[in-house]
Amino acid sequence: MRLSDAEKAMLDGDAGPAKARAMDLLLRYGEALGADRLIEVSHVAGTWSSTTPFVQADLPEADDFDTIFSRFNLDSDITVETPRAVVPTCQLIHGIDTRNHAAQGFSDAQAALQRKSEHFFGSRGVQWCSTCTPYQVGHVPLKGQHVAWMESSAVVYANAVIGARTNVEGRESTGAASITGRIPYFGLHVPENRVATHRVDVEIPVRTMRDWGLLGYAVGSMVQEEIPVLCGIDALPRPEWLKHFGAAAASSGGVEMYHIPGVTPEAASADEALGGTAPRHVHRYGAAERRRAWDRLNGANTRDDVNFVMLGCPHNSSDQMWRIAELLEGRRVHGSVALWVHTPRQIRHLCDESGVTGTIERAGALVMSDSCPAINRMTPQGTQVIATDSCKQAHYLPAITGYQTWFGSLEDCIDAAITGRFRGSPE
Amino acid sequence: MSETRDTIVLRGRKVVGGVTEGEAFVTRDTVSGWGGIDARTGTITETLHDKVGHSFAGKVLVFPGAKGSSGWSHYFHAARLMSTAPAAMLFTVMTTKVALGAVVTRVPAMTDFDRDPFEAIEDGDWIRVDADAGLVEISKTRNPRR
Repeated sequence: MRLSDAEKAMLDGDAGPAKARAMDLLLRYGEALGADRLIEVSHVAGTWSSTTPFVQADLPEADDFDTIFSRFNLDSDITVETPRAVVPTCQLIHGIDTRNHAAQGFSDAQAALQRKSEHFFGSRGVQWCSTCTPYQVGHVPLKGQHVAWMESSAVVYANAVIGARTNVEGRESTGAASITGRIPYFGLHVPENRVATHRVDVEIPVRTMRDWGLLGYAVGSMVQEEIPVLCGIDALPRPEWLKHFGAAAASSGGVEMYHIPGVTPEAASADEALGGTAPRHVHRYGAAERRRAWDRLNGANTRDDVNFVMLGCPHNSSDQMWRIAELLEGRRVHGSVALWVHTPRQIRHLCDESGVTGTIERAGALVMSDSCPAINRMTPQGTQVIATDSCKQAHYLPAITGYQTWFGSLEDCIDAAITGRFRGSPE
Repeated sequence: MSETRDTIVLRGRKVVGGVTEGEAFVTRDTVSGWGGIDARTGTITETLHDKVGHSFAGKVLVFPGAKGSSGWSHYFHAARLMSTAPAAMLFTVMTTKVALGAVVTRVPAMTDFDRDPFEAIEDGDWIRVDADAGLVEISKTRNPRR
């Protein structure tokens, strides 16, 4: 790896021990990748979560945040003082919702430690957005900007929808990037690696969030880690639909980048998306492929007596919250069902102030932030059968919780919450 | 290292330096970190994985690479801290997830081999990894199960 003079100075400790440890990690990481240099990043989204059992193990004190940062954000055995972030930096989703921690099964002490960690890292430049969707709450890079993001659903949105450039980073690399402003120049930072390799011919209309989720789940299975270009999309999607598409494609496969000619910013045509070369594979997405995606998610379920409904993976936008309030207005969640609605804390505040939280919670649901059941493995007491409007959550929850999980439209999930039965269908 | 009747030598690129040896743990399935391993025991937990229920702790993990969540490195990092990490990692598909994971697991790791490691290495083979020299020596005769 070739380092600039400024990077060498950081490695040599001229900017303090934390940046020396960060540069050491970035050097080891870059060499592992086979990268030949680092690149400056203008934004970091990572995690400084300090309350999980992994992070808390063998700590001298539960609130020894410098040791947590050194071990888990820099991979350093030596404890260094946590410096301020040098580029705009935000915290992604984490485990504890400090307003609803009791419902999640966390103690007051755990919630207090969570708040303390937010103040500690907040004073060092970390903005506790506490969401898997930083792009919904003001963290929106420009097209072409290099950033260092974790969270597969956010990475694919940043690359494909925004046109920013990031690989799927991890806790240690984003920690190092936040205090050095650097990340290895590799993968999707390199322009020629951003062109499509696979073409997917979409032969049926894709018109709703459920449609886009199923398309994403199918495309992820088809292309795995490769870059698809979707042809045949004849109606402009909403941002939320692309959010669900990317999250699904990054769950069934490892999609980090895609193109939709005329919609996403890096390709006006399929030919431009493919960089003027022929696709390595052409896939088709018709009624049979859509049905197969539905069956992969729902086919193993044997019980329809849902008692937990989870909405908001990735976290709901404000528009989605308003729509949920509209659907729940004057209705009542079934006595044996828990309905949890997840949104970023900034949007929850907006909902609190606009009466939307009140409408949702008067129906017997709970508006939650900061977390989700897949991240913290916490579900309401007595959960046996789950319904969700998210392919990603439906993909992960059976493995994580052991419970049957239905994927359906938002309307099907609200119906399940009201009646206690999942009656959704793929059409 | 040179090949004999009972040994095979692979050449590859160092990902993380170091020298170690151990029993091979071979899977053709990619491995998830978050939601795919139990870091307390080094066990694969993904339900449809061909090694579900088996532990790679202390073994030479031979696998295509990483898939799934960006929590990959954090979970292998945790495996190192709980002494359940593999002894070495040999993989074929380079990604940021597996590179960072190998770095923070701090075990010898290699990729870009001159021949297919899945053809050359079987479960239980005894593997010596010299990542600094870019060499993997596969011994069939020292396999205790044969």
